[in-house]
Amino acid sequence: MALTFNPKIFQDIDEKYAAWKKKLGKVFAKKPERLKRFSTVSDKKIADIYTPADLKDQDFAADIGFPGDYPFTRGVQPSMYRGRLWTMRMFAGLGTAEDTNRRFHLLVREGQTGLSTAFDMPTLMGYDTDSPKARGECGKCGVAIDTLKDMEDLFSGLPIDRITTSMTINPPAAVIWAMYIAMAEHRGIDRKVLGGTIQNDMLKEFVAQKTFMCPPEPSVRIVTDTVEFGTKEVPRWNTISISGYHIREAGSTAVQELAFTLADGIAYTEKALERGLHVDAFAPRFSFFFNSHLDFFEEVAKFRAARRMWARIMKERFGAKDPRSLWMRFHTQTAGCSLTAQQPYNNVVRTALQGLAAVMGGTQSLHTNSLDEVLAIPTEEAATIALRTQQIIAEESGVANTIDPLGGSYFVETLTNQMEEEAFELIHKIDHMGGMLAAIEQNFPQQEIADAAYHYQKQIDDHEKTVVGVNKYAIDAEDIPVEVLEIDEALETIQIEKTHRVKENRDGAALKQCLEKVGEACTGTENVMEHLITAVKAGATLQELCDVFRDVFGSYRDPGIY
Amino acid sequence: MKHERRVRVMVAKPGLDGHDRGARIIARAYRDAGFEVVYTGLHQTPEEIVEAAIQEDVDMVGLSSLAGAHKYLFQTVVELLRERGAEDIVVCGGGIIPDEDIKKLKSAGVREIFTPGATLDEIVKWVKENVKPR
Repeated sequence: MALTFNPKIFQDIDEKYAAWKKKLGKVFAKKPERLKRFSTVSDKKIADIYTPADLKDQDFAADIGFPGDYPFTRGVQPSMYRGRLWTMRMFAGLGTAEDTNRRFHLLVREGQTGLSTAFDMPTLMGYDTDSPKARGECGKCGVAIDTLKDMEDLFSGLPIDRITTSMTINPPAAVIWAMYIAMAEHRGIDRKVLGGTIQNDMLKEFVAQKTFMCPPEPSVRIVTDTVEFGTKEVPRWNTISISGYHIREAGSTAVQELAFTLADGIAYTEKALERGLHVDAFAPRFSFFFNSHLDFFEEVAKFRAARRMWARIMKERFGAKDPRSLWMRFHTQTAGCSLTAQQPYNNVVRTALQGLAAVMGGTQSLHTNSLDEVLAIPTEEAATIALRTQQIIAEESGVANTIDPLGGSYFVETLTNQMEEEAFELIHKIDHMGGMLAAIEQNFPQQEIADAAYHYQKQIDDHEKTVVGVNKYAIDAEDIPVEVLEIDEALETIQIEKTHRVKENRDGAALKQCLEKVGEACTGTENVMEHLITAVKAGATLQELCDVFRDVFGSYRDPGIY
Repeated sequence: MKHERRVRVMVAKPGLDGHDRGARIIARAYRDAGFEVVYTGLHQTPEEIVEAAIQEDVDMVGLSSLAGAHKYLFQTVVELLRERGAEDIVVCGGGIIPDEDIKKLKSAGVREIFTPGATLDEIVKWVKENVKPR
């Protein structure tokens, strides 16, 4: 144990602090402080100043240390951005596979270094475009994928053996991943070299994003199948992107985002261990996904605390030995919920600050939102500005010159410690409830988030929190023209016809057998992945396979609490 | 003095969109304003919403959509209510809805659309002024 600060200095600091407070008291006696209460966007109270006295118990080596060293507070790699910048990974998806393929080619041409796929609602929920449930939704908030043919068109001409692909897909993640693997194999690419991520984080779906298909328990069983399969067959793939992003977007505080995300990670780890896998075999392929919200220092502290907490959980709770198991590698997206429809160009500035916080927090990859995302799917121009924002942070601002530049700030270190402490308290509460699955069944995280969201909205309405251009500095009768991308309603018909053509050209008997095999695997304990790959190669559609899941496991209904 | 029953409102999430932060906040605000509130939960078809609105005898249906399918979904709810002779149920909506679509939806019979930035007070006030027990 070696304390960061020599304890001898604290008496002197305490005396000087008391004297300064007295001086401050006199100033505010004449004119009071600017605000009654200074707090973060999560309504965490912030003190007027931080000093070494706030870090009395801190041990530099044990708590902060060096990047690449346990507990990785300062970064998972020793070199961080001195070696390689974060991956600039812009989330894209619209209309048909061909439309999104064009957007991918544009982004790669403009310097993007990884792909990230947004799917439309029917795909996210496991329905084909021709389902009655899918009416009016085709291609609206992402790309429609019904069959392997769509997946092939989506990645046509893109070097998927060299570029990594992230796919934001959850209930049907196993099926979409099977299509991706099948597509690669048709192109002669070995599954062993494929790099990328499926979000595949079902727990946060019940808590926050709310795309679900089957009940929690079997949903996690399918997730565990993919973890097992990835560990053995697709070793460079991130099998789960354990996501706090949507938890935050649903209205949680930063601490709740941190705690619920790590509690989800703990649950997946326990399930994989129950499956008989060794922690160091699968944990290195878990990745994370966080939100970068408005409160700059709170976010930086959250990222630093998250890394340290995960390392401690993996080492102390699960006995992981491989350093890669202890690494929290994460993607970040700026906060969509912070953007305003009013004076939309202000969103560029918000996003720049949030992107900067993610970089100061040491993210491995980043999506910066487009200014028009609050209105519709981004136009090409808006998406390009968002990418340029990252490039300016990376190559002009100088912030990537040194590693963890805010490390050692009395404020940031204190906030990092506090976030860790508060998040661990919440995690212990969840442990006492019987873990995250049990907590979800008791609606605990759902209710916590709903309370926080309502509290924040009330603060905005009561002008306790400012939203520039909305509850302050608003422009009357605002009319700022912003081009909005519209998705053609005719796409639905085109996509349905394409899917029907695939359906007409299949060997019915072979398909039936494939679907039965998937059903048997679901009913029993056999891993479902290989059967899914065979089935999509035989032309099975996304919905046909998801219907097998729904038939075997049942459907989950939203409890509708508010 | 005639005793008026409380305004009964339904907050509904049509379609496959899972963004329920707004809908749930609005439901709470309606409850706090003294309305009787029915929240459908997620992933309802227009048919299910209309059936529930009639069964629950509500005075207003508030639809929330943030994933782009509002045109089809909102219009269908209005049409189905009309078909069932329940056009006196006020329909309003909210979410990520471009100005162009707001015009179209209003001419199709959606009485009001609230977009991001609308305050709870503003929305509650609108309901108080425009929705009366049927």
